[in-house]
Amino acid sequence: MTTDQAFGHRHSFDLVPVADGPQTAKEYKSDQEVRWCPGCGDYAILAAVQAFLPELGLRRENVVFVSGIGCSSRFPYYLETYGMHSIHGRAPAIATGLAVSRPDLAVFVVTGDGDALSIGGNHLIHALRRNINLTILLFNNRIYGLTKGQYSPTSEVGKITKSTPMGSLDFPFNPVSLALGAEATFVARTIDSDRKHLTAVLRAATEHRGTSLVEIYQNCNIFNDDAFEVLKAPETRDDFLIRLEHGKPITFGTEADLRGLHRSASGSLEVCDGNEPDVLVHDAHDDDPSLAFALSRVTRPNLSMTPIGVFRDVQRPVYDDLMTAQLDQAVAKNGAGDLAALLAGGDTWTVTQPQADEAALPQPQADEAALPQPQADEAALPQPQADETSAAPPAAN
Amino acid sequence: MIIRLAGDSGDGMQLTGDRFTSETAAFGNDLSTLPNFPAEIRAPAGTLPGVSSFQLHFADHDIMTPGDAPNVLVAMNPAALKANIADVPLGADIIANADEFTLRACQRIGYAGNPLEDGTLREYRVSAVPLTSMTVEALKDIDVSKKEAERAKNMFALGLLSWMYNRPTESTLEFLERKFAKTPAVAKANVTAFRAGYNFGETTETFSVSYEVKPAPMKAGTYRNISGNLALSYGLVAASKATGLSLFLGSYPITPASDILHELSKHKAFGVRTFQAEDEIAGVTAALGAAFGGSLGVTTTSGPGVALKSEAIGLGVMLELPLIIVDVQRGGPSTGLPTKTEQADLLQAMFGRNGEAPVPIVAPSTPSDCYATALEAARIATKYRTPVFLLSDGYLANGSEPWLLPDVELLPDLRVTFATEPNHVDAKGEPEFWPYLRDEETLARAWAIPGTPGLEHRVGGLEKADGSGDISYDPANHDLMVRLRQAKVDGIARDIAPLTVDDPSGEADVLVLGWGSTYGPIGAACRQVRARGLKIAQAHLRHLNPFPANTGEVLRAYDRVLIPEMNLGQLALLIRAKFLIDAVSYDKVNGMPFKAVELADVIAATIGEAATTSVVGK
Repeated sequence: MTTDQAFGHRHSFDLVPVADGPQTAKEYKSDQEVRWCPGCGDYAILAAVQAFLPELGLRRENVVFVSGIGCSSRFPYYLETYGMHSIHGRAPAIATGLAVSRPDLAVFVVTGDGDALSIGGNHLIHALRRNINLTILLFNNRIYGLTKGQYSPTSEVGKITKSTPMGSLDFPFNPVSLALGAEATFVARTIDSDRKHLTAVLRAATEHRGTSLVEIYQNCNIFNDDAFEVLKAPETRDDFLIRLEHGKPITFGTEADLRGLHRSASGSLEVCDGNEPDVLVHDAHDDDPSLAFALSRVTRPNLSMTPIGVFRDVQRPVYDDLMTAQLDQAVAKNGAGDLAALLAGGDTWTVTQPQADEAALPQPQADEAALPQPQADEAALPQPQADETSAAPPAAN
Repeated sequence: MIIRLAGDSGDGMQLTGDRFTSETAAFGNDLSTLPNFPAEIRAPAGTLPGVSSFQLHFADHDIMTPGDAPNVLVAMNPAALKANIADVPLGADIIANADEFTLRACQRIGYAGNPLEDGTLREYRVSAVPLTSMTVEALKDIDVSKKEAERAKNMFALGLLSWMYNRPTESTLEFLERKFAKTPAVAKANVTAFRAGYNFGETTETFSVSYEVKPAPMKAGTYRNISGNLALSYGLVAASKATGLSLFLGSYPITPASDILHELSKHKAFGVRTFQAEDEIAGVTAALGAAFGGSLGVTTTSGPGVALKSEAIGLGVMLELPLIIVDVQRGGPSTGLPTKTEQADLLQAMFGRNGEAPVPIVAPSTPSDCYATALEAARIATKYRTPVFLLSDGYLANGSEPWLLPDVELLPDLRVTFATEPNHVDAKGEPEFWPYLRDEETLARAWAIPGTPGLEHRVGGLEKADGSGDISYDPANHDLMVRLRQAKVDGIARDIAPLTVDDPSGEADVLVLGWGSTYGPIGAACRQVRARGLKIAQAHLRHLNPFPANTGEVLRAYDRVLIPEMNLGQLALLIRAKFLIDAVSYDKVNGMPFKAVELADVIAATIGEAATTSVVGK
């Protein structure tokens, strides 16, 4: 069953109330002083998000940003929405509880490569497979910034850092590959400094109902400066970037030297002349994730052939919607819950005849809701007049 | 009358016990039960580690524990006999499934010969009944396999017991028809086995006596039998209704708490959302996320899960949001004894977080008390905007007792008022919302939920500026906030029932103080002590943090305070630290509840020592 069949086609924020009128970026700026290092890529992302949010046209009070720990996780403080700066790695789980219990909210998660992929890796993959209605912005700077420069789970092998003076040993995660492996329904990549592309990806991500994962290459100018410079510099970027667009041929390079991707005889992706007729056409809506996954793997260690854009954007039932539907179904089947009936479920029996000396009887606990201390009531010693108590047969269930 | 049913973990002893309990409850006896089973789902058949048992204590008067020593042991195989015989007093009845007592089976678990025949049990009244073969014979005309027929032997045994104790059988027959509705042959086999067992009792001369235990006198009203985990689940549903907040449970399966997740997942018609999380941390953080959105957030777990949730509970302390953490304690540390009871998580609940992170703690005293305690946890959590620990344990969780159904019309009004308007004015005179502005009486902060226009704000784990809730690294502010959070929790003492003492003569020199599931054994022990002509006072704590305001005063009124605990003296440590009272600990951590007679002896000895000391002192 698809979401379409179950609920009609819904967009990401169809259940979120819309604003009364047009909004401005200024309305989304909080009064808090922004405290990232001067020159940090986070500033550009913040400005892009603040400028983009009015476009959604949602009531500002129904927008929530949840973050974990790290430089990027300060993000919610700077937005005039509801927000929570939580604990390391747990933002997807917190956002899950919030989103599934409040379908009227637009819930965003802001996280980093350490927060999402190291300490919080488990929550990320489970949010993706469940397809919670969340937009996850993963700022990837390939370094730990807040703790002052240790290598991260996306750092390249051999990275020299404070904790790896002879070079890091661990093989890095590719966040896009990881997300696709976790059955994510929307996966995209963009770059902090390319406002236009970043905004377009945000737009696509927020149109998608379910979990949208957006990896944002973000520059840490203090501990990992220019990590993505080849993707940004005008002289190199066209050679290094593969701009994915749904329905368009997958090509890169300059007009003079246009290259493309096609399938080799073995089925793997292969670089070819960009004007060849068998150049692949990007299909982000393909249910089969194999092309999206193959695209996530073509990048070379020097970042040449780095695809950006939407890798995958498919529909699958959304956990929040399914849970709400189960609750509705339960009410439709048996009516709204009746507490008295619930408590009296199972085998019950009734003691009909009050004892003569009721005060001296054992007091079964909890007959008052907020009962104070239990009492070892000495008066409640064995009373041998059992005959007076009639025990009826179990009531019908 | 105390009956213990014991067999392989695949023999259906828990089901048999549950059914006998239902029949007994329906008959009107007071009762208390103690299931005891291995952590392995199916340990190797016929071995000592695989033995599962169910003990039921029922009587014509009110009782407080599942009983110390069984009057009757039903042993389905030699291992069940060997594992339980040490608890059975001489002269008690033993009903053994003779079919399983082959020489090989007996020798496998260390008996030299067949104990039913070689005189090992000469001090007991032994009835060797070929339960398996009689069951198979009774089912020979029913279309079930021999294996299925053999599996019905527990129902044969139940039928026999039902005859012995004059239990009403209708509910069990209905239950079997319902349970096996989809497989009529199996339903018929079980019903037939049950009847065959009953008739066997009636016609055979093996059992000379059919016992009669009359109904116990009870307050008029409608009763049901209820286990702690079920009562706790119902209490949470009731708390949702009382607070007007939707219930959200974030939980990861763990023994012995999983039944609460199972139960609450059935109650979607009450708007209950249950989320089986990817791990313990996600369970609590999802609950906290839901609480941020205005739900009644709950997470259920046992000790190892609490260890994993600690950081998130600290976040809850910082965010000052309502959150209920249910810890159904089990034997620890580490994986410990998953299916055995213990109350050794008190200090973990009290102190197990980084920084100064006070969390209120409540503990139910009996299985049915779990209902009221869940409501109390919700009351404190919502009124004071704080995480609250509810410490149940394996004994309460799986044990059961009759419960007088509460009148839902009398449910307390715990409705929460969310902030909807600005509560402060900024420097320019503009209205603004300060999320950390506190109620003067409770010190609870203002709680505005997403969707409330004009009150947009950010919360987080970084220290908050008093009032505004902005990030603050100011030393004086941190000192103030740490003290405010502590004062808020300490202030709850003004809002809970005082500690009451049961001291009938008013002349006792010794007070026995308990908390949690030791209520039953301590109460029963006090009765035994008084029956010996000694004077003893009893008090039981439902609130462990903060303690009731009069606790110190109550304890100081006695020459000696004795604290029995299923840990190495955790409450005693707190009492000594907080009140400078030289409390005496009596501790045991064998995975089982205290026996009343054992506690009675300890109490009597303490009374004797107190008398000697006070004479010397004078």
